[in-house]
Formats: sequence, C-alpha cells, structure tokens
Amino acid sequence: MVEKIIAGVTVNVNNEGYLENPAQWTKDIALEIAKEYNLTLTEKHFQVIDYLRKAHLNGETLTMRKVGSSGIVDIKGLYELFPGGPLKISSKIAGIPKPTSCV
Amino acid sequence: MKQILILGAGTAGTMMANKLSKGLDIEEWKITIVDKDKIHYYQPGLLFIPFDIYKKEDVIKPKANFFPSNVEFIITEISKILPEENKVLFTDGKTIKYDFLLIATGTNVCPEETPGLKGNLWYKNIFDFYTLNGALELQKFFRYWEGGKLVVNIADMPFKCPVAPIEFVCLADDFFTKKGIRDKVDITYVTPLSGAFTKPIATKMLSELLEEKNIHVVTDFYLEKVDNEKKTIVSYDGIEIPFDVLTIVPLNKGDEMIARSGMGDELNYVPTNKFTLQSDKYQNIFIIGDAANIPTSKAGSVAHFASEIVYENLICAIEGRTLTAKFDGHANCYIETGKGKGVLIDFNYDTEPLPGTFPLPGIGPFGLLKNTKMNHYGKILFRWIYWHILLKGKEMPIESHMTFAGKNKVNI
Repeated sequence: MVEKIIAGVTVNVNNEGYLENPAQWTKDIALEIAKEYNLTLTEKHFQVIDYLRKAHLNGETLTMRKVGSSGIVDIKGLYELFPGGPLKISSKIAGIPKPTSCV
Repeated sequence: MKQILILGAGTAGTMMANKLSKGLDIEEWKITIVDKDKIHYYQPGLLFIPFDIYKKEDVIKPKANFFPSNVEFIITEISKILPEENKVLFTDGKTIKYDFLLIATGTNVCPEETPGLKGNLWYKNIFDFYTLNGALELQKFFRYWEGGKLVVNIADMPFKCPVAPIEFVCLADDFFTKKGIRDKVDITYVTPLSGAFTKPIATKMLSELLEEKNIHVVTDFYLEKVDNEKKTIVSYDGIEIPFDVLTIVPLNKGDEMIARSGMGDELNYVPTNKFTLQSDKYQNIFIIGDAANIPTSKAGSVAHFASEIVYENLICAIEGRTLTAKFDGHANCYIETGKGKGVLIDFNYDTEPLPGTFPLPGIGPFGLLKNTKMNHYGKILFRWIYWHILLKGKEMPIESHMTFAGKNKVNI
C-alpha cells in the first residue's frame, strides 16, 4: 500500500492504483484517474460510477453482466464509456477495489 | 421424525448425504436427497473424452450406488423452494416439509444465452465439453479432423473448474502432436480475464507453459456473439477471432429453480455467508458446492472441503448453538498439462497458489506449481478416489483448511 496525491488529496492506493479506501474518493479524484485513460467523464459516466459505488458498499460482487443489466447502461454501452477493460477501469475511477469475479 | 432435505445429488449433495447418515441419529432424523437425473457424472473425466482418453462408461455410474440404505433417494424435478414455509414443491405435485434444507443444485452451462452460439454450427463446429453430449460429439469430430484453427473460449465468469480450459488446450497440443498434425493445428486460448488464470503467480507459471507449447493466448476478450456465417467469435468491443472449430465454455448459471424460488442473484447463485455457508437469509438453509455465490472456485475439491464445514455448522444449528466452523475457500486442483505431466495448485480466499510440496511439507509426493509426472498420476488416481472414498464421505488425508506448511513465499 502506498500513499498517492490525486487531485490534491492524499489517498492510499494498491500497487495497481486502486483506492484502498472507497471513502477517500471524491469526484475530482475520479476526473483525475480518468485522465490516465484519456477519458473525459460525462453525466453518464458518473451514473455508472454511482451505481458501482453503491453496489460495492452493499457488499455485492460486481460483474460486467450485472452492470449490463442494471438499467443504467448495457454491456456495449459500458465498453463505449470505458474502452479497454470497462469494469476494471470504471472500478478504478469509482474508487472501489478491482473486481474479483475471477476466482 | 425430523427431516433434512438435500436438493441435488451431484458431488456435493452425495457427500453430504453420506456424512449425515453416519453422524445423525437415524431414529430421530429422516434424510432425503432429490435429483432429476439418475446418473452420476464424474465431471473431472469429461475433459478426457474429446481426446479419446476416457470412454463414456468411465464417467457415469448410477447415483443410487452411492447412498447408504438409511438415505431416501427420490428422482423428481423441483418446482420451487418455499423458504418461508420450510417446504419444497415438486413438478409432480408432491411437497416435502423440511426442518433443515441443503441446497446443492450446482451450476449449468447456458449456451442459449449468447447470440449465435447455439446456431447452425452447434455440434458441427462448435462444442462444449462440460456436458457428456458435448464431450462425445467433440470426440467424434476430433477423430476425423485434419487441422485448422482451434479456438477455446470462455464466455463469462465465474465458471465451473477454472483450470479445465487450460487443461483442454494442453491436452489438445499433446493429442494433435501424437496424431502427427500439430503443425496443421493452430491453438488459441481466448479468455475474458487479463491473464491465463485468475491469480498472478499461477498465471505467470501457466502462461509460460502455454507459450512453450505454442498455444496463443488472447486476454480481455468478452464474448458478445458468434457469427455463424463468418465462423468468428465477436467481442463487445468488436474484435473478431476466426475459428474452424470452437470449444466454448458457455455462460454458467445456477439452477433455474433457484430463480423460480426468488432465492438467487442475477446468475441464480444463492447468497451465502462465505464463512459459515449458511444462507444469508434463512437460518435453516445451508448451501454447498457450485450453487453458492461464495468467491472461490466452483469445483469438486471446494465442495469437498466445504462439506466438513457445512456438516459441523449444521450440527451446531440443529443443537441451537452458534456456528463454529469457518470456511476459508480452500481449493485444490490438479491441472493436466499433457505429455503425462500435471501441475497441482492449492489456494483459498486470501492466499493465491504458491510453489512447494503437498500434502507433506518438504516431501510431497506432489509438487505445487510444478509440472511433474507425479502430479499427473495424482489426477489419474483421483478417479478411483472419487468413486470409492470422496463421494462416500470417507476420511481423506487432506485438511479442510488450507495450510502454509510446505509452501514457499514468492515475490513477483
């Protein structure tokens, strides 16, 4: 675990850059991490981020399929919002741990 | 008399029926197990069928062979569970009231969930090997195939036995080498994960193994559909991979009956306490094996280790005590790598597979995260152990909790 300053806030991140504590997250942190992926966050991005954070705080395990059936965005749309690795990137921007659907 | 009802007579349910019949007072408890199928499949053996190593007869036996006389076995289809009323409805109109319920209804492959997968090419150029039919059809296909592009794809996570597709490509390499056509077969392993396996140290070891065998790996590929005309698999971000033969691990889902009962998550897995294995919602329901939503592998070894925990906690619940046994997510998998060798991995919720020796520290005879002949013998011997020891709930010389003894620390 290392400390990192993102958007002027000191936060704890793991070796892959995921926030260790979702409570340290702010919207500015999201905008800053998104820049690493050349993303400019829109309202739609934040709707997904809100959903991810709420589901995570509820103790739910997040999968692409689950987000795709959330009613907020379908899987194709998720790929358009967060190209590359949608769930991994969106989780990082949302300040929640890397999804562990992989066991 | 009080009633324990077990739903599902696969690996997990059968082990529990045997354990309970030995441990409970049979004057006081009636144990009933139900399943819609009278055949027990040795699922680890399905992998060997496409390569003509096992025959159909090697992997099937009547389920009834594995229950003691004091367990009632009923072949019927479950309509739904009514957890608030402590009863289960069956499609033939019968109902059973229970005091305690064990859900062991497993997970199924659902090829119909991916557009184009169950189209014109199904069982012509597209096969699964998680069902006996799929494995047998693929066996016939491979006998006459003269080469081309073999693509092995995992549709989605989680799926049963996460090492099986890796074993499949290794055995395919071996099979086509022996047939003398390996130079005409292009093998590609396509996964939604970011690496060959889920955990970093094992992924590194397995990636090197696949590279050595000239098996191509495509990662981060999330399957949207199959194009039957073009013979390609297409990802959500528009990447297309052509195939001559596709071996697919379809989307896995828990039993539909779980959805009908309103007791599952979006993939019909039952929300389960990952430590006690009790239902999150109902104190007289426990879940064992693939049917649970716990974050560990869906595999027989996990069900075996979990069976000790479920047994102990069920006894606690019967006696009205606090549940004392705590599951650690222990999994132990033999990975068949072809050419008479195998790799063994041992891990749990918190610890990824590490190198070392197993089960005796420093001695073995099995090598962890090492490709050895002895590990292969372990896998071959396991079929006998499965039918004669494991299903019958007899003692195995392996602890249910994972141990660090014999494991080496690794920095990556």
